[in-house]
Amino acid sequence: MMYSAVRRLLAGMAFCLLAGAAQAAIAPALLQPLAGDDPDARVAAVAAIGALGTPEAAAVLRALKDESLYLTPDGQVVGVAPAAAPEGAAAIVVNNRLRAAVEAALSGMDLLAPEPAQRLAAARALVGQELSAGQLELAQRALKTEQNAEVRPALQLLLALASLQSPQAGERAAAARQVGELGGSAQRPALQAMLEQVTSAPDEAVRLAVTDALKAIDARQARTELVGNLFYGVSLASVLLLAALGLAITFGLMGIINMAHGELLMIGAYTTYLVQSLFRHYLPQAVDLYLLAALPAAFAGAALVGMALERSVIRWLYGRPLETLLATWGISLVLMQTVRTLFGAQNVEVANPAWMSGGVTVLGSLVLPYNRIAIIVFAVLVTAGVWLLLNGTRLGLFVRAVMQNRRMAGCVGVPTGRIDMLTFGLGSGIAGLGGVALSQLGNVGPDLGQSYIIDSFMVVVLGGVGQLAGTVIAALGLGEVNKLLEPVTGAVLAKIAILAFIIIFIQRRPQGLFAVKGRSVE
Amino acid sequence: MNKLFSRRTWCIVAGLVLLAALLPACNLAFPPGHTLHVPDYLIGLTGKFMCYALAALALDLVWGYTGILSLGHGLFFALGGYAHGMYLMRAIGHDGVYQSALPDFMVFLDWKEFPWYWAMTDSFWYCLALVVLVPGALAFVFGYFAFRSRIKGVYFSIITQALTYACMLLFFRNDTGFGGNNGFTDFKRILGYSITAPGTKAVLYLATLACLVGALLLCRWIVTSRLGRVLQAVRDSEARLMFIGYNPLWFKLFVWTLSAVLCAVAGALYVPQVGIINPSEMSPANSIEMVVWVAVGGRGTLLGAILGAFTVNGLKSWFTAAFPDLWLFALGLLFILVTLLMQKGMLGLRLPRRAQRAPAPKQELEEVA
Repeated sequence: MMYSAVRRLLAGMAFCLLAGAAQAAIAPALLQPLAGDDPDARVAAVAAIGALGTPEAAAVLRALKDESLYLTPDGQVVGVAPAAAPEGAAAIVVNNRLRAAVEAALSGMDLLAPEPAQRLAAARALVGQELSAGQLELAQRALKTEQNAEVRPALQLLLALASLQSPQAGERAAAARQVGELGGSAQRPALQAMLEQVTSAPDEAVRLAVTDALKAIDARQARTELVGNLFYGVSLASVLLLAALGLAITFGLMGIINMAHGELLMIGAYTTYLVQSLFRHYLPQAVDLYLLAALPAAFAGAALVGMALERSVIRWLYGRPLETLLATWGISLVLMQTVRTLFGAQNVEVANPAWMSGGVTVLGSLVLPYNRIAIIVFAVLVTAGVWLLLNGTRLGLFVRAVMQNRRMAGCVGVPTGRIDMLTFGLGSGIAGLGGVALSQLGNVGPDLGQSYIIDSFMVVVLGGVGQLAGTVIAALGLGEVNKLLEPVTGAVLAKIAILAFIIIFIQRRPQGLFAVKGRSVE
Repeated sequence: MNKLFSRRTWCIVAGLVLLAALLPACNLAFPPGHTLHVPDYLIGLTGKFMCYALAALALDLVWGYTGILSLGHGLFFALGGYAHGMYLMRAIGHDGVYQSALPDFMVFLDWKEFPWYWAMTDSFWYCLALVVLVPGALAFVFGYFAFRSRIKGVYFSIITQALTYACMLLFFRNDTGFGGNNGFTDFKRILGYSITAPGTKAVLYLATLACLVGALLLCRWIVTSRLGRVLQAVRDSEARLMFIGYNPLWFKLFVWTLSAVLCAVAGALYVPQVGIINPSEMSPANSIEMVVWVAVGGRGTLLGAILGAFTVNGLKSWFTAAFPDLWLFALGLLFILVTLLMQKGMLGLRLPRRAQRAPAPKQELEEVA
């Protein structure tokens, strides 16, 4: 209250000063009709004041809009704060027509505002409206001095749109070309309408220019859509990769059919939820950082569950893949029901941290959400980390040794049982990290894992078992193909087409994209 | 004929069939309240279980004897159900909610006429042919390409799962023309008889029983024949069989297609008794549950598959009524315990020694370098 009162007072004082200046800068001949009775003259006066484009003119118009412009008894028009209205002065009444004129004039004057953001907003707001003569003049004046790379094209588009109706054919053609260069799909109807007008009164040059402009707009639109689809394809690929990377280790390297892999993803997602709740409760000031804490927690949680499973169930089933499949399916049912019992059957709410909401706009209209960008980066980092771990550390050496030749590795002293446990733990932990990423994109519920298990297996099988690079390329390929098909066929048919493609592909190349060369009969 | 089972097993099977056949007789002959009256729900439940048992039998033929683990048998079950369901939908006639010749879901979609694949489905016999031909053809084509490329073991399991998943998504679409996620329901009559009448139910029940017994004898005949020997050789060492000079492709294809058809028949019998078919029957989880019936009863025994189907589904009925939250725990633990501790299933615990010497299915360790 106090603050707003002070602000009003200050504004009032500033206005008094301005009002004095305004009377100095604006000719009384311009101001006088405002107080008159002739509505046309009043509107014309507003337009004339607006055309001045000076800060003083803006101040007068704002005062008029706020009904704080007064007519003194001696016939003078003055603008002052309401509190300081002169003795006997009457406020100038603004009707709807006048108010619209004032607003139009003010929006034109915003084109000259000192802030680029304000100028840009003003220019964008005027696109698609009928410009008055005053606004047009202001826009032309603004273009002359405009230096900003964002505002300038917007102004150019504005002016080009205005001169689409120009009486001279040459001007119309040039304007159409410029609209084609700068406009988007929103400008399509205007051009289309022109094309229809022009065909009735043929003018070849204008018609050509308009057709070209339409083509240019369509091409740009298609390009934007393509880039969007490519981006969402990469985004889907990163999700698939994160879901499948752990499986590439447990299934690809170790040959364990882990049907509970999806539930390890789910554990990662629920760990994220738990960490978020802890942060909200104990560290509300740092709640945006919960995601960073969730990463190690999810990795550890899923890895521990995975290692416990390996020691208690899976290791008794080595060499019997079909039994492993059934037992791990049973494990997945138990894990799912456990989560349902602990957290309820409903989805839990995991929020994006503030730094991951919003997005960056590219190519004029395409919004790339930050959370998807972050997950793409995360997928790259995790893949690089796994690659380094497998190829650059002693543990990775042992893992590869045991998987290539278990007996030989055992003979030279590698503790194969422990390596099995650690490898499975690593694969599970990576699934946990994938779960953190999934929690940022979709719903977190007990069924989360079920929806990813088939996709994950498809990625690993398509890429070829035992090949990290194959998994990455398969994920990218599936993601891109899926997103490029979707606009054509719809989401469900695209998914069915992909499954059918994989089924056929595996018939042709049962060993996947990148086969490990070997001499085994099987 | 006598060679199919031992004298003792013949007695047990005959006794059980007789007992099962008596149930609907007791249901019809004695009024409710009588000591010997069998309640309606028990007839429905047993009929349903027999359909499951038939599906389990089909699965045992490919998994237990040939070593092909299918995670997509739910698809064939559902396709058989849908094929029969098409006839049942046509038999509703104009008695639907919208009084139209078209099924309600088509009226809802504003379709004016039947799509081409619904042609002639008003004929009961044509739909029965579809029950056999559609899943049979699908299994034949899919199996031909898969077995020719020598896809086996878990890879085969995973692509069958992908197949049923893809078909589930397809059938969930409204535009596919099979009722979307509601599927077919609200059946009124079959061959002119009311589908809810006790007499119709008894006939359906007896037909199911006859199919189950027939399928059991057929499967038993196959596995005890020379063909069955080759199938078991495929299971135990396919590479060795090939070195001897057999081409396993046609043996596997035959048994795979036959199994799919048996499963489809089970689905076709299931739909009129349960009164609904929808795409969730095709979900991968359902197919895997079928596998656990076989595993619990004892795979590679045929009778075990039937026993397993009855046991697991009986447990399920009891659990979901008494402790609904615990059923998934129980099912999950069943999966784990059976694979870890009871590899031969329930029959493995009780069978005499002679039968236990039969070669147990054994997977070779796959070399993944």
